[in-house]
Amino acid sequence: MELEVDITKQLKDFTLRQRFKLAKETLGFLGASGSGKSMTLKCIAGLVTPDEGRIVLNGRVLFDSRQGINLPIQQRRVGLLFQNYALFPNLTVKENIAFGLRGLPKKEREERTERIMALLGIAGIRNSYPRQISGGEQQRAALARTLVTEPECLLLDEPFSALDNHIRSRLEQQLLEIIAGYQGPVVFVTHNLKECYRLSRQIMIIHQGEAVAYGSRDEVFDRPQRVEAARLTGCKNISRMELVTPRRVKALDWGLELELLEEAEPGQGYLGIREHRLRLVEDPNLPNTFPAWVDQVRETPFDVSLVLRLGEDREEAGSCQPLQLTLSKEDYETVKARPCPWWLQLRPEHLFLME
Amino acid sequence: MEFDLFPLWISLKTALTATLITVLAGITLAYWMVYGGNNNRLKRVKELVDLLVILPMVLPPTVVGFLLLLIFGRNGLVGELLYRVGVTVVFSWPATVIAATVVAVPLMYRTTRGAFEQIDGNIIEAAKVLGAPNWYLFFRVVLPVSLPGIGAGIILSFARALGEFGATIMLAGNIPGKTQTIPLAIFLAVESGHMEKAYLWVAVVLVISVGAILGMNYWTKRQYLFKGF
Repeated sequence: MELEVDITKQLKDFTLRQRFKLAKETLGFLGASGSGKSMTLKCIAGLVTPDEGRIVLNGRVLFDSRQGINLPIQQRRVGLLFQNYALFPNLTVKENIAFGLRGLPKKEREERTERIMALLGIAGIRNSYPRQISGGEQQRAALARTLVTEPECLLLDEPFSALDNHIRSRLEQQLLEIIAGYQGPVVFVTHNLKECYRLSRQIMIIHQGEAVAYGSRDEVFDRPQRVEAARLTGCKNISRMELVTPRRVKALDWGLELELLEEAEPGQGYLGIREHRLRLVEDPNLPNTFPAWVDQVRETPFDVSLVLRLGEDREEAGSCQPLQLTLSKEDYETVKARPCPWWLQLRPEHLFLME
Repeated sequence: MEFDLFPLWISLKTALTATLITVLAGITLAYWMVYGGNNNRLKRVKELVDLLVILPMVLPPTVVGFLLLLIFGRNGLVGELLYRVGVTVVFSWPATVIAATVVAVPLMYRTTRGAFEQIDGNIIEAAKVLGAPNWYLFFRVVLPVSLPGIGAGIILSFARALGEFGATIMLAGNIPGKTQTIPLAIFLAVESGHMEKAYLWVAVVLVISVGAILGMNYWTKRQYLFKGF
């Protein structure tokens, strides 16, 4: 089972360029809305024709601009789950699911429909119309309708965006189980960072139609190669930088000089550090440790976000961009009592440089 | 009083035939307009066709009748061809059908098109991704989902076809027993002072029209119940 995509398409504001190869695994597309994520899925499904390139699924050429191949949507054997599930409002759940099995003998159609309904736990609502069932049930019905046709790859377009927050996590778990049992490549589109991380091993971050990061999820989250990727993966602390020596840089936005673990490569102009990697320490003589002044404290039910400004005194600190760090409530309680300024350490092994 | 039922018979025959043609033509046109591709050249053609189809709805019926005379008259574009194979349209029963159809099609076409355009584009795409050929998609999804709109279109078209006067009198004339429909019979009755005859025909038209409206309401209510609007 393999999906190979290499396409370009001119869109209104940018050019979509997509290139990836996927075996039986889940690739998460992460990107802001309008970045070209859904458009890529539509190209694979055949709903949109790319300007150039090639799409191959299990050795079948779905699209090849050079050979003039553009397989009709109906023959692509691709499963696509729509953002709003797109169930047929005039058909019952069961009829919806059987829709794609039109050509099969009645007995087999019946068997396959029943099997998938049992598997996804929706046999009880078989005779309901889409408007009569909940969002989660609609999602499963749509998924069943797709899976029952045994598609060779599965494309999920923002599968949770139409659902309430409180049922998302439960459905996420169910979807994970279903995907785990599915024997083929899965492409999953979302603009939700955490969802993307939990559901996919491989992640591609898309910005203006181009992949700014692509790799295993840990690579992508821990060591983003480009500044857009860092921003899209939720990195709050990013600064422009200038080299002082190969192992030492000046972080222009923060007004600091920092030691690096490894030498900077040409082309890298930014550095960043994740908010949970920042440390409040007691020893001011540790490497990359600076006096920090609290600017804002934001509490959430389980942790605390601090906005800190760095500098010898408060006034100097006010002129630079702040850094943000996240602490557990308990850690916050222990540092809270310390006298100002606090000491903030940006450990060299947690700093990453980006283009 | 001498009262023959020919006008009722002719009216029903004409209106039903015209409605049948109108429904087929209206749905086909609407489908083509909404789902029949969208490249730039096709867009122009579509705009032109849209204009031509809608035109009879806004023109005075006599003008429609006049234009139809130009087309179907012995020296007209179509009329001449038909005359060569021995068919004369003007002042014949088919002329009543042509007149009624031409004025009813815009109603059917507009309502059906509106219904098609309201369908969520995703469900059309979903059906295709699931491998459904266009005919299956049409009969299994597009048509059932737009039934309330189509039903309304059918009733409107039937009512319009039944009431057609201006274009009919221009193209088909007012020949008793042949092209004289109820509206024409009413006109003639009033003109010649046979008021009691006019009353009767008016009552007949009222019964048919009210029946049609009640039928439409029942139909849409049933559809709405089922689809849960």
